[in-house]
Amino acid sequence: METPHLSEAMDNPATVRIKGIREGLLITLGEGDWLEARQTLLEHLRQQAEFLRGGRLILDVGNRVLRAAELGQLRDEISEEDLSLWGVLSNSPVTEQTAQTLGLATRINKPKVERTSQPLDTTLTGEQAVLVRRTLRSGFSLQHNGHVIVVGDVNPGAEIIAGGDVVVWGRLRGMVHAGADGNEDAVVCALDLSPTQLRIAGQIATTPRHRGKPQPELARLQDGQVVAELWSAGKK
Amino acid sequence: MGAKVITLTSGKGGVGKTTATANLAAALATDGHKVVCIDADIGLRNLDVVLGLENRIVYDLVDVVEGRCRLRQAMIRDKRLPELFLIPAAQTRDKTAISPSDMVRLCDDLRPECDWVLIDSPAGIERGFRNAIAPADTILVVTNPEVSAVRDADRIIGLIEAEEKGPALLIINRVKPELIKREEMLSPDDVLELLAVELLGVIPDDPNVLLSTNRGLPIALDGKSKAGQAFRNIARRLQGESVPFMELTDQGNIFGRLSRLIRPGSA
Repeated sequence: METPHLSEAMDNPATVRIKGIREGLLITLGEGDWLEARQTLLEHLRQQAEFLRGGRLILDVGNRVLRAAELGQLRDEISEEDLSLWGVLSNSPVTEQTAQTLGLATRINKPKVERTSQPLDTTLTGEQAVLVRRTLRSGFSLQHNGHVIVVGDVNPGAEIIAGGDVVVWGRLRGMVHAGADGNEDAVVCALDLSPTQLRIAGQIATTPRHRGKPQPELARLQDGQVVAELWSAGKK
Repeated sequence: MGAKVITLTSGKGGVGKTTATANLAAALATDGHKVVCIDADIGLRNLDVVLGLENRIVYDLVDVVEGRCRLRQAMIRDKRLPELFLIPAAQTRDKTAISPSDMVRLCDDLRPECDWVLIDSPAGIERGFRNAIAPADTILVVTNPEVSAVRDADRIIGLIEAEEKGPALLIINRVKPELIKREEMLSPDDVLELLAVELLGVIPDDPNVLLSTNRGLPIALDGKSKAGQAFRNIARRLQGESVPFMELTDQGNIFGRLSRLIRPGSA
């Protein structure tokens, strides 16, 4: 199981550790008696009620074996604090099953957006890129200091902001900003280049309507203007 | 483990979530299933009106959640279909009156009681939407062949995927075959190309739907209506039957042929 655990919190039974992640607030409970840990957690939530209000909680309960009654009660108590229990992470399959029965998530996605800001392990020096293999839907924002490669579509309403180049193996219809840090050599290419708006460094362009059958294109800056040209094999 | 919980949502308002909920519920109940609809649009309830049950409300969803009544007491039995029940929303409260876990608990209580639970989600992506999708086994996204509605549907599908509630199924409502033929409206294929989800049904635009919702009489009960037929087909697909999609473009041809048949006689 690839459930992240903050091991340092486990050493001290009295601690409740809160960390913001993409899905909400990840709370790691210390080890020890469940009732005690629960009490500590609830007190913690009450103390920070103003700050946490309306938040989604993901609870990491470690190795504890929890039954529906225990988890259900905690969920209710959490919802009374104007918070919602969204997921439970556990090393115990029993607890995981309990959580699933209650309709709670038992694993969190690997944080996509946050992760993009971390340098990736690549063999090419100085060329950092993030590869996303999914369709970016409306409302999704992908920001990365290096290059961005998407295998999938970028739908209208989604945005990509990259320090370097943007390559879309699919339809690019959202907003894309390459060379966002001012890199005028950045390029954007896509199998179907029809973004709502295309920016390279400080220049902004939109896509003309009705362009017939889509063909792979590459957009770059030429004399301070965004130009898009058809991609053909062998051409540079 | 009992009932299947289905949530209808859309992001954008006014695309026909409530109408679709009422009609699918009526169609499923006509097929002999026990169906409970829940109106999750607290503060802006409509499903009771569309089902024609407005004047029977005594207790509502918030009363159940807050323990002022038993679940059974809030379930209003439909006047025509004895297997169809409605749990109405509270009109005097707002979305924060209940939490997603309240909805999960409520649906767990309903599961052994019936065959289907249909939840009518409010528009938007906030608390009300979260409440509505929390207990869902399957989520149906309703959209219209309009750019703005499709954009919102795309966002909603992304949120559903992030909640691991997917894959969502799509209903395209209010499709006008004549306009598609003239390329003045997005076709179901255009919508599907963008959203890339499974299509559950296409409902043709039909002015009788408006009449039926105003009268509180779901069009799915009208054997002659094409929209009603489309809703009944979706209900059968939900039951696992493979029902071919209706040929919407034929409608124009039939009318064309009919008018051609009639005109010589009347002239």
